[in-house]
Amino acid sequence: MSILIDESTKVLVQGITGRDGSFHTKKMLEYGTQIVSGVTPGKGGHKIEGVPVFDTVKEAVEKTGADTSILFVPAKFAVDALYEACDAGIKLIIAISEGIPVLDMVRIVAFLNDRGTSLIGPNSPGIISPGKSKVGILPGQIFKQGSIGVISRSGTLTYEVVHHITNAGLGESTCMGIGGDPIIGLKFIDCLELFKKDKETEGVVLVGEIGGTDEEESAAYIKERFTKPVVAFIAGLTAPPGKRMGHAGAIASRGTGTAAEKIRAFESAGIPVAGEPEDIVKLLKSV
Amino acid sequence: MKIHEYQANEIFKSFGIPVPDGKVATTPEQAEKIANELDGPLVVKAQVHAGGRGKAGGVKLVKTPEEAKDAASKILSMDIKGLIVNKVLVTKALDIKDEAYIGFIVDRRSKKPLVMVSASGGIDIEEVARETPEKIHRFIIDPLYGLFPHQASELAFKLYDDIKLVRKAADIILKLYKAFIAVDASLAEINPFVVTSDGETWTSDAKINIDDNALARHHDIEKMRDSTEAEKKELDAKSKGLSYIKLNGKIGCVVNGAGLAMATMDLIKKYGSEPANFLDIGGSSSPLKVVNALNILISDKNVKSIFFNIFGGITRCDDVANGIVEALSKLNIDLPIVIRLTGTNEEKAKEILSRTDLITVSSMAEGARKSIEIAGK
Repeated sequence: MSILIDESTKVLVQGITGRDGSFHTKKMLEYGTQIVSGVTPGKGGHKIEGVPVFDTVKEAVEKTGADTSILFVPAKFAVDALYEACDAGIKLIIAISEGIPVLDMVRIVAFLNDRGTSLIGPNSPGIISPGKSKVGILPGQIFKQGSIGVISRSGTLTYEVVHHITNAGLGESTCMGIGGDPIIGLKFIDCLELFKKDKETEGVVLVGEIGGTDEEESAAYIKERFTKPVVAFIAGLTAPPGKRMGHAGAIASRGTGTAAEKIRAFESAGIPVAGEPEDIVKLLKSV
Repeated sequence: MKIHEYQANEIFKSFGIPVPDGKVATTPEQAEKIANELDGPLVVKAQVHAGGRGKAGGVKLVKTPEEAKDAASKILSMDIKGLIVNKVLVTKALDIKDEAYIGFIVDRRSKKPLVMVSASGGIDIEEVARETPEKIHRFIIDPLYGLFPHQASELAFKLYDDIKLVRKAADIILKLYKAFIAVDASLAEINPFVVTSDGETWTSDAKINIDDNALARHHDIEKMRDSTEAEKKELDAKSKGLSYIKLNGKIGCVVNGAGLAMATMDLIKKYGSEPANFLDIGGSSSPLKVVNALNILISDKNVKSIFFNIFGGITRCDDVANGIVEALSKLNIDLPIVIRLTGTNEEKAKEILSRTDLITVSSMAEGARKSIEIAGK
């Protein structure tokens, strides 16, 4: 098992004819992902890497049975592309797109929630269930099928963490970047709920960063309701308060959301926090 | 993006939210002139992107135009939390009978807009929230339907007993929500929301922060940008596809991805030194980006060594290696450079760098240690 995606996941690529969309379609196909269709309005009838392109998501879903969508659409068009995927009955959307206005995301998340569609991102590197399927831009070669679930708010920091897990011979069940924006779809707790039920996952690594209180909330949740071992890592101890560090979500202000507070929240919930990425593996083996 | 109080006042006015008359001045003489026009007791307020202006002495009550001039000359060029005051707002003083708080933010937890009101407004609102959270009344708004009038009234009843004031406050709460949505604010706040002795309601301090992601559709607000020197450097880097924040240490960092960049800075601190900056070169890094990044770092005189920490995904390691080689031939760099490149096209990158005398390391931890060691004491 794994969570959210596996070999049976039928993927549709929104924005498939763009530079990033076509490049990563090729990479995902090489990894073995089942990509059944793509959408770019006005490019219906074309093929990209052998994948049929449609004008609308509705048509693509009807003709190819796609159940999951990945979004490479630029921010300006991403808002309607998200509504369109949901309207067409897509059950899981992975939004790689970044720079979507926060109040647009607020409305999208409410709309998707009412209709039972799950969202990863925006500003996410995607999700991978190693050996089965990759829906995202993560470099496939660093992953290995195994027993550790990884949830992260970052991109390259996730790769750094996975690199150590894979090199230690543990491997990953599913690894996902939930996105760095203030308003995102699935959050840490939602993913933990899924990992709890997944038989393949024996332990979870949670990679957080400054801003918001998602880490603090998940620490309380883990203490009360999560039975598998969890190791955490938090980036941003040296970040100056109130400064924006590239991610819209990485804002530490008003005395909440600092790295120190998050580390304290995990430690007081009995969850070990790694001092640096290398230590994650040692902690995983000890818990 | 932060905007000043006088700019937020303009936005408030356009939504029908009552703001006392006032104008902005950049010299004591201008302040005097404005005071002459306005007449009566006035307030001279520092316009600076920092909280706690009043406590820092940046807000003064004056009675005459001469006093306004005097107050402005003291406040202008004042340093508040490291920011120099270049502008003051001269505005009518209010005969304050009551101070309340009204604020809207995007609540990350519920993923919805959140409105907060309190009858205990004023400069100590954060203390009120900390010590007596029950005095802050919260309401989460359904973003698909918006705020209903009866919901605004329920909140206003928490502020006042007098029905006339309740009606006025409810009206302001609705208008502030409208403004919050229309300008894509991440925060819109009135603190204090004032009732004067004659029973009128006023905004005494307006604060609006704008969502950076939405600025592309608000050109009028983008024009309100007033950047400090440090922010100008950051904006310049941003226009080159780099995310840069200057700090005070001596280890210059060049990293791809914000999370890894922060983790790299943390590691440098953990091993006993301090990072000179946050610098994220982003994905798909062209050699030109690397040249621009190095240019920024060598302009910081505190930097004693440079650490490249790159985990290739979309970023190709050979692109970064080529960028470093190109930068070395174009720029006059005499600082030691430590390089860690892992991931996509790592082998090609190693071959490119083997033709140079640059220091390469195989892990992030080793790179952090090495760059600290060669930076010296």
